Amino acid sequence: MTGSATSKRFLQIAPALAIIGFFMLAPLGLMAYVSILEKGLNGGVVWDLHTSEAYVNFIFERDLDDSLILNTDYLQIFARSFGLSLLTAALALAIGFPTALYMSMQPEGRRNLLIFLVTIPFWTNLLVRNYAWILLLRNGGLVENLLHWLGIAADQPLGLLYTPYAVSIGLTYSYLPFMVLPIYASLEKLDSRLIEAAFDLGADRRRALLRVILPLAAPGIAAGCVLVFVPALGAYVTPELLGGGKSMMIGNLIQSQFGAARNWPFGAALAFALLTIVLLAMMVYLIRFRRAPAGGH
Amino acid sequence: MGDRVGTPAIEARSLSKVFGAGADAVRALDDVSLTIRQNEFFTLLGPSGCGKTTLLRLIGGFEQPSQGDVFLEGQQLTGLPPFKRPINTVFQSYALFPHLTVGQNIAFGLEMLGRPKEKRTARVEQMLALVKLQGYANRKPAQLSGGQQQRVALARALASQPKVLLLDEPLSALDLKLRKEMQIELKRLQTETGITFVFVTHDQEEALTMSDRIAVMDSGKILQIGSPTEIYEHPQRRFVADFIGETNFLEGRITEANGAAVAQLACGHNLTLNGPGQKGSGGGQRVTLAVRPERAEIVPPQGEGLPATVGAVVYMGTDTTYHLTLADGTPFTVRSQNHEGARLDLASGAAVKIRIAPAAIQRLAD
Ligand SMILES: Nc1ncnc2c1ncn2[C@@H]1O[C@H](COP(=O)(O)OP(=O)(O)O)[C@@H](O)[C@H]1O
Ligand SMILES: [Mg+2]
Repeated sequence: MTGSATSKRFLQIAPALAIIGFFMLAPLGLMAYVSILEKGLNGGVVWDLHTSEAYVNFIFERDLDDSLILNTDYLQIFARSFGLSLLTAALALAIGFPTALYMSMQPEGRRNLLIFLVTIPFWTNLLVRNYAWILLLRNGGLVENLLHWLGIAADQPLGLLYTPYAVSIGLTYSYLPFMVLPIYASLEKLDSRLIEAAFDLGADRRRALLRVILPLAAPGIAAGCVLVFVPALGAYVTPELLGGGKSMMIGNLIQSQFGAARNWPFGAALAFALLTIVLLAMMVYLIRFRRAPAGGH
Repeated sequence: MGDRVGTPAIEARSLSKVFGAGADAVRALDDVSLTIRQNEFFTLLGPSGCGKTTLLRLIGGFEQPSQGDVFLEGQQLTGLPPFKRPINTVFQSYALFPHLTVGQNIAFGLEMLGRPKEKRTARVEQMLALVKLQGYANRKPAQLSGGQQQRVALARALASQPKVLLLDEPLSALDLKLRKEMQIELKRLQTETGITFVFVTHDQEEALTMSDRIAVMDSGKILQIGSPTEIYEHPQRRFVADFIGETNFLEGRITEANGAAVAQLACGHNLTLNGPGQKGSGGGQRVTLAVRPERAEIVPPQGEGLPATVGAVVYMGTDTTYHLTLADGTPFTVRSQNHEGARLDLASGAAVKIRIAPAAIQRLAD
């Protein structure tokens, strides 16, 4: 490509670059800067005092005599967030894959209706959705009554609400469309004649699923898992409401540092730790699926 | 359960298939019966939309018949899913698994049948040799040309030694030269493996050159089943005569003269018939006659035959085609081979006669 063509191209995308730079990179840079500043006494930061204290705080506690003691509180919160996000992604996959498979096998007209139905959670406010789950999961709520009625659980209050599982259920509900839609997209692209070919060569339904459908839907499944796992990791409304503050996740920790704890540098450092983890997850996804074969031809 | 050789490979009895319901219902197959023999190269030939694919899918088990039954070596297949039928298919689009290598594609059927790994590997090598693709086992289908993908699809379908191989227009995506090569290749594979082939095409030349027998289909019905020679030389229906090769049609009425059947043609002249099928003659009933262009002969106007006027004369290398017109305006084409002294120097507008031997006349049922 000639030099002038390159610069012309650059000019064409310049507005987009400016917007990305101003609205994304600048705040990020600001956050990075905040994370290496001294915290102000009443929140905020002391703008000219540089320190790595926020990053040290993550793993160590400073004793009275200034020596560092290992503190795993924050690591535990990270570990719990990871665990809950993985559980959420697994639940969403377990529900989302059969849903997407079912949708992709429907006649063309009905598929669009089903896609619309799947996206309905998006149309409701996040708070409303979470309060709805509070009503469903609380003692004496619908879920408990159902379990009692089915005889699955003993006839006593179950305490479903304000547990990590309640958080995971709420997150699964919120992010399910992010799992269903990419899997549906990869299944819809899949040439149905490949499935017929598998049947033709003696594969029953289970083996056609394992040997042909699943491998060809793998890019969609991976995309769905990333799309559910990443926002779940940073979730903060759902753990607050359904976890009752007992199952704090990274998002709640960051929020509390900018709020009650008045430790902006630490909050910024945590946000960066989260961002790093997310970027690593994305990299794994890209390396694994960059050259993945598309379905069909 | 008699001897295996005597039983037909495939038998279809009064098969019908209706898609949809009510006003939108499409009758894709209408009361089709046929028998396909063991080790036969059997071709379903007909225009697009006549129901060839539907018939193949009923045999393969991908669709269930609305009426009738399919039998494989005397055993009823109705209700059996495709994966329980020892019948494999070569799909028009090849349908190779894009995430598997060529070798894994070919081994797929064997794996599903639970063959051990060593056996599969050996068989894959054998199949690759059969389709002349040695050394390609580790490629992905996307790295192969169309012709090579076609061979892999064949190898994959043949690897588990099915009793019957179904091929749905497998050559239609290839260019002419490759298609000719694959026609010969397919015929060789069928002879070498001894597997019954049911081949679908809308290309009459392909059907004539490859098949042991051909079923000509139109609008969901089978019109005629026979060897290529029978189908070409003795078409029974106007559609068959028209669809396969070029044909002249003559309309007329049957009468009797001097003990022989004679057709009084629309052009006002008589044509003597003594071929088979003049039963029921003499009633003056309407009849359509078919004459292949190469079976008629142009003679000088003073000779015996149907008077005609010369239109265009087209020289085509090995032969010459004369477009003529009969007295009532019916077009008639005569083709003659070009050899020394055989070329007629005919100008447009010249009066000639067309001589048609009785054996060259085929009487059609409609
Ligand atoms: N799944 C289907 N649903 C509705 N109509 C169909 C379906 N499959 C085939 N048909 C109709 O049946 C007829 C025969 O089709 P097909 O067997 O594919 O013909 P061919 O293979 O000879 O071109 C066509 O009119 C086609 O539109
Ligand atoms: Mg077809």
